[in-house]
Amino acid sequence: MASDYNDVLQKLCHHLKQFTGPDAEITPETDLINQLAIDSVKLLNLIMEIEDEFDISVPINALADVQTVHELATLIHQIRTANK
Amino acid sequence: MSLLDKLEAVAAARKALLPEDVEVFGTPIDAVYSSTEAKIGDRRILFLGTNNYLGLTFAPECLQAAHVAIDSEGTGTTGSRMANGSYSGHRALEQEFADFYQCHSCIVFTTGYQANLATISGLAGTGDVVLIDGDSHASIYDGCRLSGAEIIRFRHNDMVDLEKRLRRLGDRSRSTLIIIEGIYSMLGDRAPLADVVKLKDTYGSTLLLDEAHSLGVLGKTGQGLVEETGLVGEVDFITGTFSKSLGGIGGYCVSKHPQLDQLRYVSRPYIFTASPTPATIASTRAALRLLRDGVGLRQQLWRNVHQLYSRLDKLGYQLGPEPSPIIATILDTPQQALAIWRGLLEHGIYVNLVVPPAAPEGNSLVRCSVSAAHSSEQMDYVGNAFSELRKTIFQ
Repeated sequence: MASDYNDVLQKLCHHLKQFTGPDAEITPETDLINQLAIDSVKLLNLIMEIEDEFDISVPINALADVQTVHELATLIHQIRTANK
Repeated sequence: MSLLDKLEAVAAARKALLPEDVEVFGTPIDAVYSSTEAKIGDRRILFLGTNNYLGLTFAPECLQAAHVAIDSEGTGTTGSRMANGSYSGHRALEQEFADFYQCHSCIVFTTGYQANLATISGLAGTGDVVLIDGDSHASIYDGCRLSGAEIIRFRHNDMVDLEKRLRRLGDRSRSTLIIIEGIYSMLGDRAPLADVVKLKDTYGSTLLLDEAHSLGVLGKTGQGLVEETGLVGEVDFITGTFSKSLGGIGGYCVSKHPQLDQLRYVSRPYIFTASPTPATIASTRAALRLLRDGVGLRQQLWRNVHQLYSRLDKLGYQLGPEPSPIIATILDTPQQALAIWRGLLEHGIYVNLVVPPAAPEGNSLVRCSVSAAHSSEQMDYVGNAFSELRKTIFQ
């Protein structure tokens, strides 16, 4: 389970760097909006890429509770697990 | 951050982006001369951003009908239809819309926004899924949120992406409402309706088509994309608005499913809003007849569309993917879009400015809405203004 989560986190960080630039420091606690300046449009584009990466669909209502990289990774991990 | 601080942040963002000497959003219109001309400040201007596709806002038949209704039934209904009853005009307009689409049922609403809010939130609920095009109008997003259903977006007009998402849903695709639009309001492109119908049939889903911008514009009698594609019987629910081609305010939903009528008892936006005024209903009934018989109006509209679209294309502007009464010029930055918007206003032409996040893909748009009431000379004048601005702004 933990390795699945770590896999999600690693791939999520890779996608995030396409939106923030390669030099951005990203940790699980990083705030997507306040620290990485991921606005609502960027977030929805990021989600589309992640959906393709993991072959999942992320309901946009679920994003209302997401603030940090860890919370987004957890959401993706939960959806992947539910689909398996 | 306090509630008022949040609004201060909005004010600061507006100040950083927009000039203080002109009101870009909510421009004061000082007088209206006709369906295409008005006064802003001391300048006579051409309306080119009003969605008045058939130019019916001053049609004598609509004015006369509204005058008669206001004299005989008063200025308003002062309440919802559930509490205050349905006037004969409400019922007649619903029957006329049902007949127009050869459908079983129709409900009229007080605004087009409310039509989507009420229909979507009445159809879908907790445990259901709504699959919406990424470029959907805010009324669709808000209706989905109100419904409590899971909201999943697919890439704009991308049928491979839509199918992928239907496949991922498994059995849940059968409790899924797919929502698309006849003509999308930002770039003016059509939905690939035939392909969506095939997918919804394959996966057992339900389809809602919003014809807000295509009613009166597409099809021989102006039904919209369903008529242009010959698929009126294949779409489960069609919504639309009175505020564009019909020149009034209000909205509708028609359906081949008799269950539509039950929305009157479960849909909160319908139950808890005052019903449309007698004058609105009367002018809309007159406008619907003009729209249905308006083959000549549609021909004139499309002549104007092709004239302006091809001119702007030749000038080198990046445009929406196909000609339509919504002609969007796509600009790289909000500053460029603002310069074009402002330059057009100085030429006496009023259009829509759309800046992020309202426009797709973070673009900025200057959006023109063409009308059948525009003349060929006016389209020439607009083309010349865009030509001059291109020389100055893109130097």
